[in-house]
Amino acid sequence: MPEIPVIQEREDVIARMMDDLQRALKKPPSERRWGMVIDLTKCTGCDSCTVACKSEHKTPPGVNYNVVIKEEIGTYPNVRDVFLPRPCMQCENPPCVDVCPVSATYKNEEGIVVIDYDVCIGCRYCITACPYGARSFDFGEWYTIDTPEVAPYETAPTFEYSEERVREDGKSPIGNVRKCNFCIERLHEGLLPACITTCVGRARYFGDLNDPDSLVSELLRQKHAFRLKEELGTEPKVYYLT
Amino acid sequence: MNSKKGWSIVYWAVVVALLAVGVVGWYWRLTVGHQMANYGSIIPWGLWVAMYIYFIGLSAGAFLISSLVYVFGVERFRPMARLSLFTALVALLMALLQIWVDLGHMERFYEVYTRPHFYSMMAWMVWLYTTYFVLLLVEMWFVTRRDLVRWSRKPGLSGTLSRILALGSKDESDASARRDEQKVRVLGALGVALAIAFHGGVGALFAVDKSRPMWHTGLYPLMFLLAALVSGGGLLLAIYAFLAPDRGTEAHKSLVESLSKLVLGLVLLYILFTWADFSIVWYGKIPADVEPIKIILFGKYWYVFWLGEVLLGMLVPVVLLSLKATRQSPLWAGLAGASIVVAFIAVRLNIVIPPLAVPELQGLADAAPAFRMSTNYLPSMMEWFVTLGIVGFGAALYALGYGLLPVRPNMSEKEV
Repeated sequence: MPEIPVIQEREDVIARMMDDLQRALKKPPSERRWGMVIDLTKCTGCDSCTVACKSEHKTPPGVNYNVVIKEEIGTYPNVRDVFLPRPCMQCENPPCVDVCPVSATYKNEEGIVVIDYDVCIGCRYCITACPYGARSFDFGEWYTIDTPEVAPYETAPTFEYSEERVREDGKSPIGNVRKCNFCIERLHEGLLPACITTCVGRARYFGDLNDPDSLVSELLRQKHAFRLKEELGTEPKVYYLT
Repeated sequence: MNSKKGWSIVYWAVVVALLAVGVVGWYWRLTVGHQMANYGSIIPWGLWVAMYIYFIGLSAGAFLISSLVYVFGVERFRPMARLSLFTALVALLMALLQIWVDLGHMERFYEVYTRPHFYSMMAWMVWLYTTYFVLLLVEMWFVTRRDLVRWSRKPGLSGTLSRILALGSKDESDASARRDEQKVRVLGALGVALAIAFHGGVGALFAVDKSRPMWHTGLYPLMFLLAALVSGGGLLLAIYAFLAPDRGTEAHKSLVESLSKLVLGLVLLYILFTWADFSIVWYGKIPADVEPIKIILFGKYWYVFWLGEVLLGMLVPVVLLSLKATRQSPLWAGLAGASIVVAFIAVRLNIVIPPLAVPELQGLADAAPAFRMSTNYLPSMMEWFVTLGIVGFGAALYALGYGLLPVRPNMSEKEV
């Protein structure tokens, strides 16, 4: 019988990134620089990141923090599908923050663009200003509204920004603009963003860009990376590998 | 006299109908909220934002035209000046109502005052139009003060209202009127600066948006100012041609003709600006830049541009105001003005909506299909009702002011 080759023990990327995360959390917040790296060659377009994000934040219909943009290149039968997952880019120079009339959205000391739901007036200027379409308005809709009962998974509390909130008519976040916040509430508990943990193809990586030993820093040194709409000077902290 | 009464009944019937529809719209908006609106997260601004810049443009335009008299001493337009100022005030109130109802949290509007972010053009806009609002009230008071004192003696509601609004002033002397006029000149000059700043600022609100190529042009603040003058001028032309008490006199005819020439010049300039804006972008062939223009010219709602902007906003007024026969007829000149007033609704819709209908990333709208991720937008019934209600509110306020307060054309503040 032929000998079965021993598969080399490989380090699990999730474990590695969680170690990176612990290291970053020991630093003062202002020295962290959270970033995401998405390997487009590994993305299968399964949308599990979108789904994980939805169940994490219980976002209503039409409110999407993460989407996977799909494009078919070529003509049948010579075609190829390309996928582009799109979370919030967490720009260094976020145009959405510039335009907010009441400073409800701002870049926090960890470099994450956050929204103060209790301040946002819902003018939606930031939606028009985001070059990546990363922001949505919460119209107060429910997936299961036309069924006998709104499903419990829609009305359960969420913990965005580490605040316990139940979505109710007339109360924030209904009437607010919402977006991906790199799962900041999870980060502070030592957990990776939901889209990272769930990614089936292990195409998404997360960590501290200021830490040269983090997996994300290592990947950006080794591979060819690009960012979306560099020409706008927004300096996204989401990188794509090709 | 009888036909006048007939028209007045028709007017109030329309106003009451608009207000009734408006009550339904506002009830829906305040109880159900934004769910009944048709805008979404791809096209986050719709009819209400378009109508807001429409009303605010009418206000700025009417104000700038009143300042021709009060600041720049163009006596030709004196009979119109006071009514222009009043028009500016009513249009501003309509604009503020319209943008307030658009907020996701209407109860938090005060935050723009308590925690303004001065890097945001929207915060500037709110601060500037608040100042403009106060200035309009003060200027309006000085312009009408002496007549308010005189009207205080009138019997009935008009007298009572005038007495209240005179704020205790009793001086009817020519000297006091001269003092008023000096104050009005200073206020008007400040107002011109303010009107340019805040309406240019509304243009800048769009122009600074670098993720929307069609808005992101230095032409926008200037085009907004010009659009204000065209639409405000058209409105005043229509109002003066149809409503002035001295209709049928030579003086009326000749002022209508002067206004017509002014408006014609402004319309021609606006055509030039529109051409400059569209043609330069078209030449560049950059897809993201050209796409909104393609939507405007050949999209599903092509008629908003071709019938609204081009036919009603350009061809009709240019023809009617160029030909001597029609320009000299208050009826035709007034219709040209009315045509512009309607056309600028189309202009404002096309400024706001098509540039938003092109998602920032290709394929974004299809990535997670949902009603709120649509690239197609048509206002919902609730949106229309709310706006019609605001139009009714403005029309009621206008008629009441016109009937009860000294704001009519040919009021004689120049009797000194």
